Amino acid sequence: MSIVRVPPVLRAEAGGAREVEASGANVRELLEDLSTRLPELGSRVYDDGELQSFVNVYVDGEDVRTRDGLETPVHDSSTVILLPAMAGGC
Amino acid sequence: MVASNLLDLIGNTPLVELSKLSPPGRTIYAKLEGQNPTGSIKDRVALAMVEAAGLEPGQELLEPTSGNTGISLALVAKLKGLKLTCVMPSNATPERRTLLELYGATIIDSPGDQGSNGAVRMAQEIAARDDRYVMLFQYANEANPRAHYEGTGAEIARDLPRVDALVAGLGTGGTLMGTGARIREAFPGAQIVAAEPLPGDPVMGLRSLDDGYVPPILDVSKLDRKLLVSNAEAATAVRVLLDREGLFAGVSAGAVVHVARRIADELPEGAVVVAVLADAGWKYLSAPFWSGEEIDEAVLWW
Repeated sequence: MSIVRVPPVLRAEAGGAREVEASGANVRELLEDLSTRLPELGSRVYDDGELQSFVNVYVDGEDVRTRDGLETPVHDSSTVILLPAMAGGC
Repeated sequence: MVASNLLDLIGNTPLVELSKLSPPGRTIYAKLEGQNPTGSIKDRVALAMVEAAGLEPGQELLEPTSGNTGISLALVAKLKGLKLTCVMPSNATPERRTLLELYGATIIDSPGDQGSNGAVRMAQEIAARDDRYVMLFQYANEANPRAHYEGTGAEIARDLPRVDALVAGLGTGGTLMGTGARIREAFPGAQIVAAEPLPGDPVMGLRSLDDGYVPPILDVSKLDRKLLVSNAEAATAVRVLLDREGLFAGVSAGAVVHVARRIADELPEGAVVVAVLADAGWKYLSAPFWSGEEIDEAVLWW
C-alpha cells in the first residue's frame, strides 16, 4: 500500500483527506486502484487510460512523465504526490 | 571591462566550482545568474523578448510576473524608452514590489490566493480588452528559450570541456529548453534535469484543476529528469550554500543545488554537473528561512 498525497484543489474529491492509500506495482495499477476506491478523485487524475493533462504525478519526488509514464514502478514504501500543473517562473 | 550601456553587461556570467558541496570525484559548477545587471537570469529573457518585438519608444508593455521578469523588463523598458505595467499576486514579497516601483513600473495586483496562474489569467484578460498594451508573455515567447540557447547554453559550452548534466529550475521552462538544447548539441548524452519547487505558499491554490497551466514553450519530453524539491530541502540547500561556499543564493537556486548534488551522486566518477542559479538571495531577505529555524512542512505543504 502506498501513500498518495492529495493537493488542496482535489481534496473535495478525496473526502477532504490530505493523504489516501492505494496499491499497485506501477502507476497505472495504482491509479486504477485509486479510481476504484475514490472514483471522483480517480477520474480527475486519470481517464481513459491516460493521465489528465493538467495533473502531474510524482513517485518518490520524480515526475512519472520523465520516467516510464504509467509504467513507472511503485513500491509499498513509495510516496506518490499528485499536483496540478502550475505556472512557475516569476 | 568598460561598457557603454548597462544592457551590454547582460549575460556572460561566471561559473564557479562548488568544491565543498560536490561529491568526491564529481564536480558541480554553479552558473551565477545573480550577477546580471538587475540580479537575475531574467535580464537575458527580457532583453531578448523586447528586441525581438521591434517596439517603438513610448509603447506600453504588460506582463504577469511576481518579480524577476518584471524587474528585468523594467530596466530594459527604461533604457529603451518603453513603459511597463506588471500584474503580480498581491502577496509577492515587499522587496520585489519596491524594486519594481523604483525601476519605474506600474503594478496591478492579482488575487494572492491564485498565485502566478491568477496573474497570468488577469494579464491575459487586460491585454485582450485594451490594445494599447503589448504583452511579450514569457511563457509563450520563443525569444525566452532562444536567449538561453544563444546565451546561457553557449556560454557553458564555451567555458567547460565536459558536461554530464545540466540542472536548472523549472518555471516558464525557458532556461531548461534553451540551455538544454545547446548543451545537448555540445555534449551529446548530457542529462537535462529540472528542479521543480513544491508550490510553497500555504494560501496558494487553484480553484479547480481546469485552472492548471502548462507553459506553451515547455516540452516536458525534452527533459531527462524532473524532480520535485520540498521547501525544507530548498531552504536547507540555500543555507548550506552560504555556510560552506559563501554563496548567497535565491530560493530556486537552493532547489537546483539540492538536485545537482543528487544527480552528481548518481553519475560516475569524473562527471561534471552544471547548476544554473537564477538569482541571489537579496530579494528573499524577508522570507522566514534564513534564521535557521526548522521548516514546518505541514504548514508549507499548502
